[in-house]
Order: sequence, then C-alpha cells, then structure tokens
Amino acid sequence: MELLSGGEIVVRALKDAGVKYVWGYPGGAALHIYDALFQQKDVEHILVRHEQGAVHAADGHSRSTGDVGTVLVTSGPGATNAITGIATAYMDSIPMVVISGQVPRDKIGQDAFQETDMVGISRPIVKHSFLVMDASEIAVVIAKAFYIAKTGRPGPVIVDIPKDVTSPEYRIPYEYPEKIKIRSYHPTTKGHAGQVKRAVKTLLAAKRPVIYSGGGAILGDASAELTELTRLLNFPITNTLMGLGAFPGNDPQFLGMLGMHGTVEANNAMHEADVIFAVGARFDDRVTNTPSKFCPSAKIIHIDVDPTSISKTVNIDIPIVGVCSTVLRQVIEEIKTTKDTTDKIAISNWWSKINDWRERYGIYTEPRHEPSSGDIIKPQDVIRSLYKATNGDAFITSDVGQHQMFAAQYYLFDKPRRWINSGGLGTMGFGLPAAMGVQLAHPNAIVACVTGEGSIQMCIQELSTCLQYGFPIKIISLNNQALGMVRQWQDMQYSGRYSSSLYEDSLPDFVKLAESFGHVGIRVSNFDELDDKMEECFALKDRVVFMDINVDRNEHVYPMLIAPNGSMKDMKLSKTERT
Amino acid sequence: MRHIISVLMENEPGALSRVVGLFSQRGYNIDTLTVAPTNDLTLSRLTLTTHGSDQIIEQITKHLNKLIDVVKVIDLTDGPHLEREIMLVKVRANEAQRAEINHCVDVFRGQIVDVNTNTYTLQVIGSSDKNDAFIEAIDYANILELVRSGVSGLSRGEKILKV
Ligand SMILES: Cc1ncc(C[n+]2csc(CCOP(=O)(O)OP(=O)(O)O)c2C)c(N)n1
Ligand SMILES: [Mg+2]
Repeated sequence: MELLSGGEIVVRALKDAGVKYVWGYPGGAALHIYDALFQQKDVEHILVRHEQGAVHAADGHSRSTGDVGTVLVTSGPGATNAITGIATAYMDSIPMVVISGQVPRDKIGQDAFQETDMVGISRPIVKHSFLVMDASEIAVVIAKAFYIAKTGRPGPVIVDIPKDVTSPEYRIPYEYPEKIKIRSYHPTTKGHAGQVKRAVKTLLAAKRPVIYSGGGAILGDASAELTELTRLLNFPITNTLMGLGAFPGNDPQFLGMLGMHGTVEANNAMHEADVIFAVGARFDDRVTNTPSKFCPSAKIIHIDVDPTSISKTVNIDIPIVGVCSTVLRQVIEEIKTTKDTTDKIAISNWWSKINDWRERYGIYTEPRHEPSSGDIIKPQDVIRSLYKATNGDAFITSDVGQHQMFAAQYYLFDKPRRWINSGGLGTMGFGLPAAMGVQLAHPNAIVACVTGEGSIQMCIQELSTCLQYGFPIKIISLNNQALGMVRQWQDMQYSGRYSSSLYEDSLPDFVKLAESFGHVGIRVSNFDELDDKMEECFALKDRVVFMDINVDRNEHVYPMLIAPNGSMKDMKLSKTERT
Repeated sequence: MRHIISVLMENEPGALSRVVGLFSQRGYNIDTLTVAPTNDLTLSRLTLTTHGSDQIIEQITKHLNKLIDVVKVIDLTDGPHLEREIMLVKVRANEAQRAEINHCVDVFRGQIVDVNTNTYTLQVIGSSDKNDAFIEAIDYANILELVRSGVSGLSRGEKILKV
C-alpha cells in the first residue's frame, strides 16, 4: 500500500471523493495541505480574496450542479471568516464539505496562536462535524463527510484537522473506503406506500388544489417528475423563492412565486385551496404569514426528506418522508393505476377563478416605465431587459434586497438550478462569489449576478479572483443609492425615518472601480439606453462587466404580505392599494 | 407533560454537546440529564427529562434522531417503564434530630451513608416524585446540601433499545 503524509491523504481523499475544485485561502495551520495540493494536478485550488467568498463560491458551484462544494481554510480567522458562508449553506440545505486547519493537537485548548474551536463555533450551523485526531482517520472521515453532506437532507459538514496530523514527517498507508456505512445514519428515500395511496386519493378528490414546491424539489432533482405530475393533473403550481425553476416559469400552469413578495394569484390560491400538495417546501414564515391563518380550509400533503420539517410550523394531514423525485414517481404511478380521476369541472372552475386574479392583479407584463417620469429606470424593467438579453437562459445569482425580489418575480426560470440565491439566511454578499462557483462549473454558460450597490460591496474583493481565473461574470447592479429593502420597511413602518439606510454621497464610482480591478464598467442612467447597454454587456463574452444601473430610488417591491397577523390573502399591491 | 427520553448514541467526543446544543438552540427544556457508556463501550446511553406539548415532544424526538451520532431514541413515557434517580442529601443531624431523620429514611427506604458529629449524608433511590416527597418529608431547614443524579430509566418487559 502507498505511504502518504497526512496532508497528502487529505488531497488524495478529496480526489477520490470526486472533487475537482477546492475553494480556499491558505494560512499556517493549513500549509501542509497546501503543500500537498501544490504537488499534484487532480484537485485544483481556487484562491479567493476572503474565506466567506470561498464558501459562497463552493455553494454556488453546488447549487448549480448538485455536486458537493468543497472549501479549505486555515484555523482561527480563516475558520471564523467561513462561518457566514457555512450558515448560508446550512439554511438552504446545500451539500458542502469544509476542511479547516486547526492548531497542533498538543496546543488545543491553550489559546494558541490562531486557535478557535471550529467544531464548537459551527455546531448549530452544520449537518455534522469531525475533529480528526489521527492521520489514519483522515481518509475515512473525509469519505464520511461527503456521504453525509449529500445524502438525506443535504448540508455542510466540517472536517477540522490539527496541523501536526497533516505533517509530512509521518507517512502512513493510504486507503480510501469503498463503501461508507454509518450505523446511526439511514436517511429515508422511498415514501411509505400507504401514505402515497392516501395522498393520491386526496389529490384526485380535490376541487381547489395547489401544488406548492420548494428548494427540496430542486435539491432532490425532482423537476422532471414535478412537471409531469403537474401537467398530468392540470393543477396550478406555485414555487417558493428557493424552488423557482423546478417547474417552467413560462408555463401557464405556473402561478409565480408565493409568499411575502409572491403573486396575488399564488397567495390567493393557497389561501382558498382545499388541498395543498407541498413538495420539498418547509412552510417558512416568509411563506405562511401568520401560521394560524394559513390555508384555513386545506388538507395538506407534505413530501419532505427531513422528518423534522413535517408539522414544524403548520400541521400536516398526510406526511410522506422521502426524496422528492422518488416519492413523486410513486405518486405518478399510483395515479396511473387507480381508477379515480380528477374532478375536471371543479378544476376548470378553479382555473377560471385563478385566471381572474391573474388578469386583475398579476405582475407587470408591459414595461413598468412611465414616460411621464422621464428617464428614470424602473428596476423591474432591468430584470426584463436582462431576460431578453440572455434569452431567459442564464444562470442568475443574486444578493439580498429589493433587487433579489425583482429578479425572482421577473426572470422566469424554465430550468432548475438556474436561480441561485440565499433564501434562508438572506446573506448580502452571496451573489458575486456564488457566481464564480457557477461559472467555474459551467465555463460556457452565461452567468449574471443581480445585485444592489449595498450588497455588492460586501464581497467586492472577489472581482480580483474573477480576473485571476478568468470568470467572465456579468454584474447587474440595481443602484438605488440605498439599502433599498431596509428603506422600504422604513417607509412603511417608521414614517420614512431612514435610519442608516443611506450613504450620503459616499458611494464609489463603480465604473472606475470595475476598471481598477481590470474589468469593464458600464453606467446606465436612461431608460432609452437600457436594452442597448444590456446587449453591449453580454456581447463582451470573456470579460467581467459591471453594469451600474441607476434605478428609481422610490420603488417598493409589491405585492407584499401584510404582517403581523395577516393571512396569505392580505397583501399590499402598491403604496396605496391593498387586497 | 413530563417525558423521559432515552437516547442511544455513539460514545464520541462532541456527541453530548450536540444533544445539549439542540435543546438550547431550539428553545426546548432539559429538566434532568444523565449520560454514561453502556455495556457496549462504543455506545453511550443518555436519559433526559423534558416537558412540552405533544407537538414539541415530537419535534424533540425527531431532531434527536436527526443527529448523526444518535443511534436510537425512545420516549419511555409512551409505555410502561421504570425510572430511578439517586439522591444524596447532607442534613444537619444533632442528637435531638436523629430519631426523626432515621424514621424518615426508613419510610422512604433510604440509607444513611455517612455519619459525622453534626451531619448525616442520606441516600434515597426512587422516581423523581418519590425523591421530591422525601425532600418535603424531612425538615427543609436542615438540608445543607443536596445532589440528584437525574433520571435513568428502562422500558418494562421485552422492549429494548439496541443498535
Ligand atoms: C449581511 C447582511 N446584513 C444585513 C442584511 C439586512 N438587509 C437586507 S436587504 C438590505 C439592503 C440591501 O441593499 P442593496 O444591496 O443595495 O439592495 P436593494 O434592497 O437596495 O435592492 C439589508 C441591509 C442582510 N440581509 N445581510
Ligand atoms: Mg440598493
């Protein structure tokens, strides 16, 4: 058997786990591993400019491919800088392995230089973690980490390795385990047959059904089954912020996103439904509004791979634990075998009602631009222009704020894994590094990051990484000169007292900033030039282009659920109207 | 309602902190907690008592099951079970007080495990209820120090918790 040092074992085990790219940043406790990386070609390391960027990049890579994102950081500040990224991945159940250097074993607990208890500090935001106390455990632990990260409900796993464990002084036999078995870990995949039967009976008897699917449908690669089932039943479907793209956004059966900034037709349909079929969605508070007023007359069927998601915030009538794609396949088979059919008349009446809502309240289908307001660009029009310039076929990453909601509402995703955003944690700074991960995984695809002038500054340093590795990302910055989403709440709830949501003319010149990083900057200020400049941006195929687009500072995101104490049908439709 | 939850888990460093962390992180209560390795030294058995609505208890057991180190979880209070807690009480015990204390210890089938000129150390084993009753029975003002092990328990009959 081959003899390898601990550092070499780390790298070899990553290769054997199928890893091609590791995102990271070096430092003392990780240097043996970095030296081992240097001496081989199978695993490529991408040097970011901040560890948070490394984690978001690995995360973006994972969201766009389904692979396990991989990160390498040093101990202490390297590890703590990774924390926001890990929490982001955890909240959205993204499979990821983070390897962190640790101080040598005999220094642990002594407040050694760059010591931090990584396993402790990350405990509430990981699926699992390991502290590797012997070189002979490295390969097995790494194999287990990848297995845990990607099976069941996916999530980030930490592997913390003391420096001396990776030392080149000791060499030991290397063997990567062929199969991993963990006696305490057996995630369910297939749904309970009896529950599937009950679910189908309920679905077919429904008069006002809605399919409500979330991030689990994307993580569980259930898009094909979900689309087949939705069409088979002719039921309306809505997606959560995390679920966009699992069902084609341009399909007439798609009601748009639901929840806080969801469409009126989606939220109303949920409220009036008699059966809700939840697929990989977790009844988040941004969806349900007041739980006690949620879907008052609905029977709820819920497919989820994680039993703790079931009946967590809302009581479920028919739970089915399993992987979304597998369970949906079972449901489709059951529908095809049973003699029962859907109630076509009731469903048709239901559609008339929904189409009424859609006609009266649906999102803008015409330009939002008002000639009377002069040149001013409406943010919704920017997203529509982006959609046109990319033929609706780009990977879109996003930051957090109004721009994120406009992107979710107006870029109609037809495929899964195309809409990449931090839904659960809502992490500003996610968009740019996530786009790097997407671009590395899809070198020939168009990758655009929809951001705001606030969010982009949270990981702006990654522009430098983009130059080093040639990631030709297009940054679509909706510059409204404010922390827009914060200001929107201050308008609504604090009588327009803009406490620390404005920058007092301190914003950088983003065009020059892009140029100083070696990229192209384009400023757009007039509505008339928007489409042309957008075309110009995407014509620069192998350059990073920073689009600094001045948009209407006063625009709010609507519709918006009314909280606290509102139901899903209580919405603001504009600054003055409500349902 | 009060529940006794018994957890079989890997005897690994960090496993206990994950269980405890789960409770504090999600706002659940731990009333008592006891943990030790089992006859199989790779496994630890943890028993905890908690209280909450049925919905909360269900979430607690599901979340415990979800922890990677946890092999099995059972709510002992779901069925017939035995529960025991050991309690040591150091009390002031001068000549005049001793007779009454002896009587009390007898009634609760406790033992006097240490004797000093002015103090007794008493040992009582029983359910938490019984131990509570003992505390009430002896003169509260005389208690100098008290320590309870937390509840341990097993299901009655053939039901066992194993890998
Ligand atoms: C790291 C982080 N800090 C604070 C917030 C709270 N927050 C949510 S949206 C927002 C404003 C974002 O401003 P910008 O990026 O310019 O987007 P806009 O809403 O203006 O489109 C803030 C501060 C957050 N989500 N993430
Ligand atoms: Mg802004």
